[in-house]
Amino acid sequence: MIEKNKKSGDTSWVLNVAQLARIELTKLEQKKFANQLGAVLSNFELLNKIDTTNTEVTSQVAGLSNVFRKDEIKNPVGEKIRDDLLSNCPQVEDGSIKVPEVFDFGGKK
Amino acid sequence: MSDLFRLSIKEASEGLMSGSFKPSELLDSVIKRVETVEPNINAFITKTLDTAREEAKKSDQRYETKRKLSGLDGVPVAIKDVFCTEGVKTTAASKILENFIPSYDATVIKRLKDAGAIIVGKVNTDEFTMGSSTENSAFGITHNPWDLSRVPGGSSGGSAAAVSADECLFALGTDTGGSIRQPSSFCSVTGLKVTYGLISRNGVISYASSFDTIGPIAKSAADVALILNVIAGNDPMDSTTVRNNLPDYSSFLNKKIKGKKIGVPKEFFGQGIDPEVNKIIENSLETLKSLGAEVEETSLPSTDLAIAMYYIIAKSEASSNLARYDGIRYGKSEIENLESKVNNLIELYFSNRTLGFGDEAKRSIMMGTHTLSSGYHDAYYKKASQIRTLVKKEYEEAFRKYYALITPVSPFPAFKIGEKIDDPLTMYLADANTVPINPAGIPAMSVPAGFTKENLPVGMQIIGPHFGEGQIIEVADAFQEATDFHKKKPNL
Repeated sequence: MIEKNKKSGDTSWVLNVAQLARIELTKLEQKKFANQLGAVLSNFELLNKIDTTNTEVTSQVAGLSNVFRKDEIKNPVGEKIRDDLLSNCPQVEDGSIKVPEVFDFGGKK
Repeated sequence: MSDLFRLSIKEASEGLMSGSFKPSELLDSVIKRVETVEPNINAFITKTLDTAREEAKKSDQRYETKRKLSGLDGVPVAIKDVFCTEGVKTTAASKILENFIPSYDATVIKRLKDAGAIIVGKVNTDEFTMGSSTENSAFGITHNPWDLSRVPGGSSGGSAAAVSADECLFALGTDTGGSIRQPSSFCSVTGLKVTYGLISRNGVISYASSFDTIGPIAKSAADVALILNVIAGNDPMDSTTVRNNLPDYSSFLNKKIKGKKIGVPKEFFGQGIDPEVNKIIENSLETLKSLGAEVEETSLPSTDLAIAMYYIIAKSEASSNLARYDGIRYGKSEIENLESKVNNLIELYFSNRTLGFGDEAKRSIMMGTHTLSSGYHDAYYKKASQIRTLVKKEYEEAFRKYYALITPVSPFPAFKIGEKIDDPLTMYLADANTVPINPAGIPAMSVPAGFTKENLPVGMQIIGPHFGEGQIIEVADAFQEATDFHKKKPNL
């Protein structure tokens, strides 16, 4: 599909992935990224020449199995850690992270 | 005494032990060097010289009372700016983290501090380690000490340039697809990408979690062994770290490599390789033969597939890892910018990410979002994960026969600043020799192997089997005992 769009000059697929990734693009960027990403994605197609019907997937190479531990509090100074972590927050109120409203009720800031 | 900054760790350690000079004097020499060359190199994002001076004084006392903590006690080190350092800004060379101050140290940082190493600062990288030139940094370009009009390589370009320019005795970098080895090659220093899981990633900003590794960049293989002894090993905070006991890596130094079988995969010498690079690696193989190694050609047929496979998986994992940067809990936010038109939470996400990420980070996120999205996952991510199995098996097969494999690190020496930055595909293809190693999870080292007619460094890649760091150090050290490329310094 990408190939087809690339040939027809349609760059809307880039806008679509940018929306999913929460990134805004200018018209100029949309065109630039469509060209650059299109070239890279075309290069990926050489993998299709290889038959992998019976090939396992590899997702990790550590050869390790999952590790579990007891759900215990290991650090007794939780409040200090909380304050340290919150010190990087742009806006904090009463020890909580402050964000704008989730729903927009009419343009006010 | 004034040239103490030129010393290797081994040499510095001998001087400190014998009392010829103190850690403070070593640090002063390094600081003077930083002041002299930094206007030309620009390796550092943040310098921590005041803390370094205080720590060096403590180290002075330890040497006076014969209580040194390790072979790294009093040794100045630079840290790639993706390792969390308590109380010291950690940016990943991204605007989105320009004001981020971690509340804890990464495990390896803690280990270095506990060993008495002196951190002189945080050094430049491509944003979120994505790149091969360090040009993707939000904090300026780092210049190659051997030719200031050229890139130092990347993404650990700041680390490699700082070691090459003697702005520290060693540095830490990260390697996801060549980010330690390629800049080490471009700057003529010795850099090791370790086996996945040998060194803790706790507290290190992620790019592609199944490929990411931490490693040293130093002035010799002997120094790399000393550093590994301090930073390698199990960490309860990183469940992928090795649980076995590790060897003393110094025990692999000063060995004979007579009779060791070394394979040279022909796929790394194909089209696109610079003839001078080819010649330099051939000469290096001759040197190894003269030391008694048995060198023969071999084949890794899936090498040509590695770039596509690598970039599909790397960018998929990157898009997932970078989803966490939204400026809500930390990082740059538009929430306090009264000029911004943010009305609600989703607009804040868009605004923070759009203004916070640079182009390569955006490309990575979009590519990964695409390759993981519904309807494309099998065609891209699953296919790549299957090809990964083929690549991995070829290396496993090769190491049944060979003690080590040798290739060029990069098909060409350092390129000009600006030469490839507008063409991501060409930039990606430049990583052909280093990217197959990370999906296989095996270790590989870049070792200075010579210089082109233009006096640009060329690195030889020594690849070993899983947890075969000792073998690599053994071959590299034997090579460095027989050559002096690693001792040559840029004119600065």
